[in-house]
Amino acid sequence: MSQDRKLRILVAKPGLDGHDRGARVIARAFRDAGFEVVYTGCHQTPEQIVSTAIQEDVDLIGLSILSGAHTYSFPRIMELLKEHRAQDIQVIGGGIFPLEDIPKLKSVGIKEIFEPGAKLQDIVDWIRSNITPRTGMAA
Amino acid sequence: MGQKMLSESAVERIEKENSEWLAEYQKALQKVPERLERFSTVSDMEIKPLYTPADIKDKDYHEDIGLPGFYPFTRGVQSTMYRARLWTMRMFAGLGSADDTNKRFHYLIEHGETGLSTAFDFPTLMGYDTDSPLARGECGKCGVAIDTMDDMQRLFANINLEQVTTSMTINPPASIIWAMYIANAENEGYQRKKLGGTIQNDCLKEFIAQKTLMLPPDPSLRLVVDTIEFGTREVPRWNTVSISGYHIREAGATAVQELAFTIYDGIAYVEESMKRGLDVDDFAGRLSFFWNSHIDFFEEIAKMRASRRIWARLMKDRFKAKNPRSMLLRFHTQTAGCSLTAQEPYNNVIRTTTEALAAILGGTQSLHTNSLDEVYMIPSEEAVLIALRTQQVLAEETGVCNVIDPLAGSYFVEALTDRMEEEALEYIRKLDELGGMVAAIERDYPQMEIADAAYHYQQQIEKGDKVIIGVNKYPSERPELEFILKIDEETERRQIERISDYKAKRDKVAFQKAMDELRRRCEGPPSWENNVMPALIDAVRAGATEQECCDLYREVFGTYTDPGTF
Repeated sequence: MSQDRKLRILVAKPGLDGHDRGARVIARAFRDAGFEVVYTGCHQTPEQIVSTAIQEDVDLIGLSILSGAHTYSFPRIMELLKEHRAQDIQVIGGGIFPLEDIPKLKSVGIKEIFEPGAKLQDIVDWIRSNITPRTGMAA
Repeated sequence: MGQKMLSESAVERIEKENSEWLAEYQKALQKVPERLERFSTVSDMEIKPLYTPADIKDKDYHEDIGLPGFYPFTRGVQSTMYRARLWTMRMFAGLGSADDTNKRFHYLIEHGETGLSTAFDFPTLMGYDTDSPLARGECGKCGVAIDTMDDMQRLFANINLEQVTTSMTINPPASIIWAMYIANAENEGYQRKKLGGTIQNDCLKEFIAQKTLMLPPDPSLRLVVDTIEFGTREVPRWNTVSISGYHIREAGATAVQELAFTIYDGIAYVEESMKRGLDVDDFAGRLSFFWNSHIDFFEEIAKMRASRRIWARLMKDRFKAKNPRSMLLRFHTQTAGCSLTAQEPYNNVIRTTTEALAAILGGTQSLHTNSLDEVYMIPSEEAVLIALRTQQVLAEETGVCNVIDPLAGSYFVEALTDRMEEEALEYIRKLDELGGMVAAIERDYPQMEIADAAYHYQQQIEKGDKVIIGVNKYPSERPELEFILKIDEETERRQIERISDYKAKRDKVAFQKAMDELRRRCEGPPSWENNVMPALIDAVRAGATEQECCDLYREVFGTYTDPGTF
């Protein structure tokens, strides 16, 4: 697969959860894998995340959350992407999710959910085979 | 000076025998090589195959080890340790509404827990009421939502606050939550002088790990000193800071980093309090600590033993404390949440048991044992009971509490204790050179040291250099447990209604007067006259919510946001 430019990824932490070990480790792993990485830091609202994603022209948003507030923030982020006609930015999530929430999150458009114990290499490989740089035109 | 434990001729003989053993060992390895390329702790500290008296030949028994209850307290803070009183079994609990959590408190007390520990939800931890737009979706999920004095009353309903000690894990808003606790206890007829407990109130570690962030470092420190000063004068049985390594470790730090950064946060609180004019012997006895007990058994025991010796020496030599009580590093322990696995969760009981045993052998004063389902959610009643029973079995069946500090004199444990101390002191020197903890935080130094350690560990997991059963060895799927706790999404709506009723009922004039006085004190220079605590107690009595007090703090002191480095 040839790519004209590197994939750009926004690693983001929605909500008030400050457990950022996973987000920071995955941000480094993405950088080491050759992706361009922007990390928001903790405590971002869905509005801030979507606005950063658009400004930074990313191809993918990786959401990290351990607090259980994904039931609000994940669907809200998907809604906002649509409102801003940026739904060609793909979204994945990692962290702690009740099993029954995973299909619900996928049904609102979250492409993949990575659970505790996921290998960094598997996440990187998944991105390489599923995400391509955006063409600049919303679907 | 005292004397070395071994004579020179004894050391010579031991070293000669050691080299004979080493030759034999290497010969045997020709046939069956070592299992691993490198043996190291979970923090990646290299461990030799064998330790002998030669490893502690420079130790001075009297100066370095000594006796429990005696300086430098390597063997424990009390002369009796668990022969007289067991550690406090203090399960961290908080879920849904104040009523839900009160019910859990009673459940735990009925099953033999001996102290309370409160987990607050994220909005409470960050200084937002449940009705804030920033709090959407968070209410009651990771702890209990406490917005008002009314919530505080319901949280501790039918619990005798002079008999039980209560720990509250709250940091930037600690002064406000503590004011609510004191005001509520007094309303219920208890005296503040008789209240015992702990507020975590360790703002510095929030910049380093955990990241419940609100104010910049300097005003955060001012508020911590306000609480220390108030506690010293008015609530003498209260531990005003729980200087916490737990979250630093969970963020990926090594044992040495946990030890060093936490002790250095302690140094900063002592220095700031002394700058306020407090006498070290008046307040230091009410500083407490909080360690993580991770999965590497001996490393944790050595860390806890070393921590007591480091702190005692610092307090005596650096801060010239005279009262032995000021030199005691008393600590709570929580087993390591980050060591638990979502795969085969029943194995978490074994991990927690091992970690709890390390905390006991390390001489902890109180203990939280994680529940097997805490890897998914705050714990269910079923799982929390197993976790509490784990402590009770260790305490009352196994015999491990019959003798004080049973691992003292182990060549390995003493050598590892020394190494923990040496490496922590190296970090402490480095932090001194950087100009103290606030300067180091501003340079992102401890944060990046931890990020490096976390990434290194993750790479070791990926390569299989470190093993997690069920994850990277004998991999297994995450099962569906039958007893997963669910927080009713209605909790948020009900809590929002409660706040609005509460605000509608309060006396607006009295409320405004109390808030004006709080503002006046915040704006003034730090001093006893401007201590926020008396004004906060009045403000929460007059109906102020947690967020209203925090918003005032944010207005006067400014805010701090995560720089987002990795």
